[in-house]
Amino acid sequence: MRPLYVTGLSIASALGAGLERTFDALRGGRTGLRPNDFEPFPPPTWIGRVDGLESAPVTGELARFDCRNNRLAQLALAQDGFDDAVARARERHGAARIAVLLGTTTSGILETELAYRGGGEVEALLAARDYAATHGMFSLTEFVRRRLGLEGPAATVSNACASSAKVFAQAERLVDVGICDAAVVGGVDTLCLTTLYGFRSLELLSEAPCRPCDERRDGISIGEAGGFALIEKSPPKGRDAVALLGYGESSDGYHMSSPHPEGAGALLAMRDALARAGAQPGEVDYVNLHGTGTPANDRAEDAALYALFGGAARASSTKGWTGHTLGAAGIVEAAISVLCIERGFLPGTLNTARPDPALRIRVVLESEERPLARVLSNSFGFGGNNCSLLFGRPG
Amino acid sequence: MRVHLHGVGVVGPGLDGWAACREVLAGRAPWTEAALRVPVPGMLPAAERRRCNAASRIALAAAEDALAESGWPLGELATVFASADGDGAVTHTLCESFAAPEPEVSPTQFHNSVHNAPAGYWGIATRSSRPSTSLAADQDSFAAGLFEAAVQATLDPGPVLLAAFDLPLPHPLSLMRQRRHAFAVALLLAREPRAGAIAALQLRLEPGGAPSPLPEALAALADNPAAKALPLLAALAAGTDDEVCVGAVGTARLSVRCGR
Repeated sequence: MRPLYVTGLSIASALGAGLERTFDALRGGRTGLRPNDFEPFPPPTWIGRVDGLESAPVTGELARFDCRNNRLAQLALAQDGFDDAVARARERHGAARIAVLLGTTTSGILETELAYRGGGEVEALLAARDYAATHGMFSLTEFVRRRLGLEGPAATVSNACASSAKVFAQAERLVDVGICDAAVVGGVDTLCLTTLYGFRSLELLSEAPCRPCDERRDGISIGEAGGFALIEKSPPKGRDAVALLGYGESSDGYHMSSPHPEGAGALLAMRDALARAGAQPGEVDYVNLHGTGTPANDRAEDAALYALFGGAARASSTKGWTGHTLGAAGIVEAAISVLCIERGFLPGTLNTARPDPALRIRVVLESEERPLARVLSNSFGFGGNNCSLLFGRPG
Repeated sequence: MRVHLHGVGVVGPGLDGWAACREVLAGRAPWTEAALRVPVPGMLPAAERRRCNAASRIALAAAEDALAESGWPLGELATVFASADGDGAVTHTLCESFAAPEPEVSPTQFHNSVHNAPAGYWGIATRSSRPSTSLAADQDSFAAGLFEAAVQATLDPGPVLLAAFDLPLPHPLSLMRQRRHAFAVALLLAREPRAGAIAALQLRLEPGGAPSPLPEALAALADNPAAKALPLLAALAAGTDDEVCVGAVGTARLSVRCGR
């Protein structure tokens, strides 16, 4: 495929708002995880919470979109000059030639959940809500599309934890068929009871900060995050921009909430991403793992990586910093991948002390300064939907 | 974009599969507003039939209807699932459980709550490793799904199955969004024609225009986003080549003309 250049990027997660805070935390080895203080969910666990959302409502013309998820979208959009980058792209291409494709798994469901918890007032609370602008799955995308003044094709992609990786693939197709010149891709997921209690019911929620690939790993830490990338078919002038070089998508066809034990779907997605980029496994300098910290995920991902790279590739999971941000994991880790290429930095695996001896891949524990030409980022979701993205400098 | 249509599936109240409801859709037979019985998809293993939720059942039932005569190996199909609201009954059950002093949720309800649950059950039923995308675009979810499926079919020689569906939401979620009936439609698309193809679809995006009205007799389905497919289904059933608009993609309108 032709490269798609990343000409705008923004992020907000438990590491803070903006790329600089994100990178500072990565370089300084500072986690964004904290002991659970999300009041509606008392059980002991660690979470990656974004501060300040409670006091930063969506106001003005788009006030009806106000909910925790769109507040986080608003925060991320305000970072890193993203608005301006989109405004310039709008001038170059026209608003109708820029797609808006965003991933989320739970959109603005939190306020509905809290209404149910409120007891007798549930009917009045729900009747007062604008469903499509908050709870509905399209709420995020419509909010962002309006905020950015874009008119191109718009859709929410909701394939669980692969959601905001798959939007890159979808954007590439729209450029390839000639319908778009650029796209705003990304995603937002926020803390809510469905995912917190849901992962707890599956016994996948760790009581400690998550320890991906550790021999004592025992589950995930849930985080919230939002991020956006502006990707375009033409390279930016005067700048050696990082681009999406390839993507691969697959399905496990195996189980609703467990990965294929041999990582068959994950392997297909990674192979497809390399094939689309015309790259060989040996040309991948770093793999940002899905690496959730559940025993099954890390084992399956290890099997897939070992089949493709042998023990050679350097791999790590950054979920010890951000937590598992679910539908936002794809864009969070895409943004980290782009940052790491731009700045020559290979992040380690925070919180992990002893890699599981049963894993055969080379799990990098300590971060290192190292030039990275190509980085593969993995995102796998419930329902067995997988996506791998390859980033690097074209040519 | 031009793609070939190789199968159509319909599941709705008084609309019992594409073959049985063509006369109704073409306006040559009356529609009876009957309660919908969602068929249990035969493709699922027994254990998954028990576990799977209503959204997955109706989506897979429409898919089975579309594939009944296609002869395509199921494992070769890429899939696109489109729904505004996924499964409101699952959302309701989960939200109700949060009202308890010490909430416990069922793992099955949780995995059924993801918007891509139908994609998961499809994968289990077919053992397919082909990509699957689950979309939402509120009232225009059908248009978003058809658009994405057509883009995929244009770029890749493999066939693409679209299933669009929406269901009524239970009380009190229905206070936020009312919907009278469940409805699902499935379309099997491919770049190349082959024997038995139903039609060639010419799709285009245009700046203005309004969605085509639903066939008058089926107006009771108007609050279901998947039913935005009905003008297209009516044109297919009647064999007309009128251009119909099935909704918005971004701010543009998606129009479809059926030909041979």
